[in-house]
Amino acid sequence: MKTMLLALWHYRHFIQSSIRGELKSRFARSRLGALWFILHPLAQATIFALVLAEVLGARLPNIDNKAAYPIYLMSGMAAWGLFSEILNRCLNIFIEYGSTLKKISFPRMSLPVIVWGSALLNHVLLLLAITIVFFFFGHYPGIAWLVIPVGILLISLFAFGLGVMLGIFNVFTRDVGQVMSVIMQLWFWLTPIVYPYEIIPQKLRWLADLNPMVPLVRIYQDALLYNRWPDLTILWPPAVAAMVLFMLSFALFRKASPELVDAL
Amino acid sequence: MSNVVLNLHNVGKCFATYRSNLWRYLRWFGFPVRPEQEYWAVRDISFTLQAGEALALIGQNGAGKSTLLKLITGTLRNTTGNIAVNGRISAILELGLGFNPEFTGRQNVYLSGGLMGLSTSQINEIIPAIESFSELNEFFDQPLRIYSSGMQARLAFSVATAVRPEVLIVDEVLSVGDSYFQHKSFDKIRQFKEKGTSILFVTHSMGDVRALCDRVILLEHGKILKDGTPDEVVDYYNALIAEKENAEVNAEVNVEQRRKKNGWVFTRSGSFRATVKELVLLDKETQEKVETARVGQKLVLKLTALIKEDIPRLVLGYMLRDRTGHVVWGTNTWHTSQIVNDLKTGDEVEFRLPFTCTLGPGSYSFSPALVSSDTHLENNYEWVDNALVFDVVNTDKGFFIGTNWLDAVFQISRR
Repeated sequence: MKTMLLALWHYRHFIQSSIRGELKSRFARSRLGALWFILHPLAQATIFALVLAEVLGARLPNIDNKAAYPIYLMSGMAAWGLFSEILNRCLNIFIEYGSTLKKISFPRMSLPVIVWGSALLNHVLLLLAITIVFFFFGHYPGIAWLVIPVGILLISLFAFGLGVMLGIFNVFTRDVGQVMSVIMQLWFWLTPIVYPYEIIPQKLRWLADLNPMVPLVRIYQDALLYNRWPDLTILWPPAVAAMVLFMLSFALFRKASPELVDAL
Repeated sequence: MSNVVLNLHNVGKCFATYRSNLWRYLRWFGFPVRPEQEYWAVRDISFTLQAGEALALIGQNGAGKSTLLKLITGTLRNTTGNIAVNGRISAILELGLGFNPEFTGRQNVYLSGGLMGLSTSQINEIIPAIESFSELNEFFDQPLRIYSSGMQARLAFSVATAVRPEVLIVDEVLSVGDSYFQHKSFDKIRQFKEKGTSILFVTHSMGDVRALCDRVILLEHGKILKDGTPDEVVDYYNALIAEKENAEVNAEVNVEQRRKKNGWVFTRSGSFRATVKELVLLDKETQEKVETARVGQKLVLKLTALIKEDIPRLVLGYMLRDRTGHVVWGTNTWHTSQIVNDLKTGDEVEFRLPFTCTLGPGSYSFSPALVSSDTHLENNYEWVDNALVFDVVNTDKGFFIGTNWLDAVFQISRR
């Protein structure tokens, strides 16, 4: 574990410039460039708000603000976006860099770290972007927003741990990636992001309570919309799960690493 | 000065397949699962590499060359044995890996330099050298996606060789770029070698092997078949290939090799259905044996073939090579339409080849091959590398250099 971290530290320059590269190739040769950071979430939120709030008449209970629903939506989406980006990229990163892994010797763990880094960077930019959007709704940051870094940490630990583990299995059994793309969609709809937790029928609540993403997404929703601190009593199970997964992924990586390139 | 930079001891790499990946996963968690099938790509490889030594790995496809390079580079983990490296390894297994097409040449240097484990300040130091060596000029600050493939290769090679490593691993990438740049990269590698870098490279070009290497290892089926000097191993390898092709037809594989007192390696192979009974070089006039020929001397090369089994056709081919192994001349009786047909056991055939010695001073060898058609691959009766070695001296012509003597005369007039 220590040597692994040391090797990562030694390759920090590579990790840095790779993260810059990921960011750059994302918006290379597009006219609006970084403006897309704001346009994307805004467009998505607008679509959901239009369809769900205006057409289907969805309303948030106990809140009487026309902008509340889009804000709720954007908060949840931001949290989910971070989770799914890290998970999906980690899932395929070893395969994506297969030929490099086969030909160049460098710490393999730096690949998921690059994914993590670039996802974090994207996420921070996104948060800045939606803050600007919130200004237009007349919604201003509150003191509870300070909890967001904790949310970022927990979500990314969870996504990283799960992503690296599944990513390793995906190298040997490619079905993992296929299955996960279906599961991720299902998971998204099982998590109260486009709908409030309260509308889940009582007999299905147990499912939401088992879902670690529910309290994690909720950190964002509570902070960004209600300016509320998270409920620690429901937060500790996913926090523990995230830590355990994270550690487990390192252990698995150590075991699988010698065989990883054989299967690529 | 004996300074070992790379030491391989009993290195083996096994690719295991399992009944299902589930078994593989179980094994990671400590369950005693046996692989269903094991494939040893390389096995029992032991050798050491001294500082400044250039070693070529040769062998047919699938012999394990690339696997071995990957093991030494560290991208694959060896199953058995150990690999000790004393210093930094730089591997050029594929040029341009890890480049980002949206980055400029300069930014890509930082990216791939980082991938090699260099820090930003180290790269700052070497970047002027890379810029000038790659000769990309104004393209150096343009995005990589607009580069031609030759330009990418130039950049990649410049980065890979910017810092002199203790061991440089090269996998057939020298054939990139135009011939000017190929020359330049060859020179660069030679300079490294002079400064003490050990070179390890895989190639199928025997010319490169002779030009650059001090030592050759022949791999077959993942094992070291031969380890020695370039002429010795390359001749053995060629004989082996010929025998392989032959073996499919008649399953007779014979290769014998020994080093003669004069330093030339003598390799003999074939089915020996027809063999060389005698091979001598004679003076045309006196019919006496010649060991040292004069430039311009009239000579006859006489070969007597003994037929040991009935054969339908016999073709004799000669290859004349200089000391470095370059072919000076070669042909066979198939090309000259002088095929001898229907030979019976016990027959003897005499071939006389009169010629004028228009060779430059030096040592040369004739390699005869008794075959059934224009290639030695179909039916190789006997092929002898460096069967006859002779020296050429210049006694009565004006001084000249090179492997050929031309009857060239200067014509000078002052105006």
